[in-house]
Amino acid sequence: MHSKDTISRLYRSVLRIRRFEEVAADIYPSDKIKSPVHLAIGQEQVSVGVCDVLEDGDWVGGSYRSHAMHLAKGGTMNGLMAEMFGKETGCCRGKGGSMHIIDVGAGVMGSSAVVGTQIPMATGYALAAKAAGRGRVVAVFFGDGASEEGCFYESLNFAALRKLPILFVCENNGYAIHEPLAKRRARPEGICAVAEALGVPATRIDDGDIFAIRDGAAKAVAAMRAGQGPVLMEACVYRWRQHVGPDEDYGAGYRERVEAEPWMAADQVAKLAALMAPGQCDAIKAEIEAEVAASVRFAEESPIPAPQELFSHVFA
Amino acid sequence: MSSPDRILRYVDALREAFDQEMARDPSVFVFGLDVDDYLGIQGSTKGLVDKYGPERVFTTPLSEDAMTGIAIGAAMAGMRPVHVHIRMDFMLLCMNQLINIAAKAHYMWGGQVKVPLVVRSMIGKSWGQGAQHSQGLHSLFMHIPGLKVVAPSNAYDAKGCMLAAIRDDNPVIVMEHRLLYATEAPVPVEPYAVEFGKARICRKGDDVTVVGISNMVMEAIRAAELLAEVGVEAEVIDPVSLVPLDMATIIASANRTKRLLIVDNGWTMCGASAEIAAQAAEACEGLRIRRMGFAPTTCPTAPNLEAGFYPNPGTIASAAWSLARPGTAAWAPSPERTKLAYQVQFKGPF
Ligand SMILES: Cc1ncc(C[n+]2csc(CCOP(=O)(O)OP(=O)(O)O)c2C)c(N)n1
Ligand SMILES: [Mg+2]
Repeated sequence: MHSKDTISRLYRSVLRIRRFEEVAADIYPSDKIKSPVHLAIGQEQVSVGVCDVLEDGDWVGGSYRSHAMHLAKGGTMNGLMAEMFGKETGCCRGKGGSMHIIDVGAGVMGSSAVVGTQIPMATGYALAAKAAGRGRVVAVFFGDGASEEGCFYESLNFAALRKLPILFVCENNGYAIHEPLAKRRARPEGICAVAEALGVPATRIDDGDIFAIRDGAAKAVAAMRAGQGPVLMEACVYRWRQHVGPDEDYGAGYRERVEAEPWMAADQVAKLAALMAPGQCDAIKAEIEAEVAASVRFAEESPIPAPQELFSHVFA
Repeated sequence: MSSPDRILRYVDALREAFDQEMARDPSVFVFGLDVDDYLGIQGSTKGLVDKYGPERVFTTPLSEDAMTGIAIGAAMAGMRPVHVHIRMDFMLLCMNQLINIAAKAHYMWGGQVKVPLVVRSMIGKSWGQGAQHSQGLHSLFMHIPGLKVVAPSNAYDAKGCMLAAIRDDNPVIVMEHRLLYATEAPVPVEPYAVEFGKARICRKGDDVTVVGISNMVMEAIRAAELLAEVGVEAEVIDPVSLVPLDMATIIASANRTKRLLIVDNGWTMCGASAEIAAQAAEACEGLRIRRMGFAPTTCPTAPNLEAGFYPNPGTIASAAWSLARPGTAAWAPSPERTKLAYQVQFKGPF
């Protein structure tokens, strides 16, 4: 059983991400966000469950689909929204957009839009964490597609070899863009087996349950803080919206809504809400609406980057 | 049957090249992430899987490095693979295979194997493509002996270059541009090859020679129209293929105009523009040269910053003016008039 505090913390975090992305999607047709948005709606619980057991000083790394990770780890909402608007106050000063985000203070590594690149990068953060010897850990989020890149195998092998404190989190939503896993792997269920073969203990959570994700991460992270090596967690989830863009795309040509329905019925926001006192949910909702609205105002009111920013930061 | 006046979009012209070559030669196959999905790489591979089946048209795991090596092996073994990448940036995962194997195989193994491989990729621009979805990396490939590099700027060349690339016995890198996909041109129905190493003079003029690469041909043509309104006649040249490179056409023009402006869709440092400028300088006496390309920085996503990253018809026209009219006051066309139809139409997310 999870404590009331844990439940309300998870609820707040999942809903906060959901609403942030829904509001961004609503704004999108206005062309104020001129950035390819890859929404996590429907799969926020992976970031939330894992980040719930991380601390200050731990790091997370992710892909172009990283709004959830960013917010769950404590990255600022204002910085994220302003980045999507291309403003000077954005978390990358307007230079990165939705696909490239960062919050160094919150332990959010820069996210990368070349599939898989975050995996070795995060492994490097884990190498540094181990060298520092302060019990810090790294969690890296990537899709099922990313697990097909060579650098995935090479990073797991090295992390296992050097017993690095890194949690590999495969967010398996069954698709890479419009291509289902079965067209990309002879053994679609075999991601954990690959990790095991490389010396990385692996578990699969096939129903997207936030408590299972959180508890799995808690166990792995505790072991890593005590000096154990890497762990892989495969969390099966479902992406509710387009691969890129603000809309739904059921019936467009690669999937039908019936496939999504069981996942929507098992929506983690609703599930957590059902475990809470009604009044409590309303208070949290109101706070979140205010926070998201404030982030939109912040983004709208922020200045665009000064022209000379084009040439700043080419070299450190 | 010939119908020279049929108009096709760039993306449909590409598709027709694949269709005709696959029908002609059973060793041709097209593969890469998403080539068989319902959108078919913006339409350029749409329907091919229905016609030629999943053995010849297939998606791949996200494994660009190995898939490139696999394509090279299949090519050496007698097939004609076309490997598709939705962004040129992702070809950076293929560099070892392309440069260490594909480019060198024929030479280092004494001419006994060939690598008839086509690698096509799209360059992105605008709508927050940013650092990792916008790079024009053709100069990296131009640097390496053994690789051919082509950059069709219009629908006619798109079909003809693709057909020539598929029939070529060497690895050919075909660089496409996302914003060109909707542009239209007359495209013959029958199969035809556009010969590599033959530049196209897109517009005649005596005052200044402007070489454009990839979509910069379109921008340069617009600049030339604006220059003509103020009495400067620019000759616009499209090299079409960068390796082999038809310097003779560029040099002949530059010798006449004595002014050469090269506009690349890539960085100027060690870029295609540097190579063209160097060869022209070696060949022409008294030539004034200017180069334009990506700003020497990483592509940002904020639209106002991104605007400063690329040459555009306004900046090209200004630069050409100052080359053609040295000692006169600087001139720039009104920004309203420098907009290109394809840019006005384009709206994200891709
Ligand atoms: C190296 C590389 N290849 C291809 C792409 C194009 N691409 C962007 S996202 C994506 C799908 C990735 O799928 P997955 O890893 O499952 O993540 P998801 O989008 O489902 O979260 C592809 C192929 C890319 N960005 N980088
Ligand atoms: Mg996926």
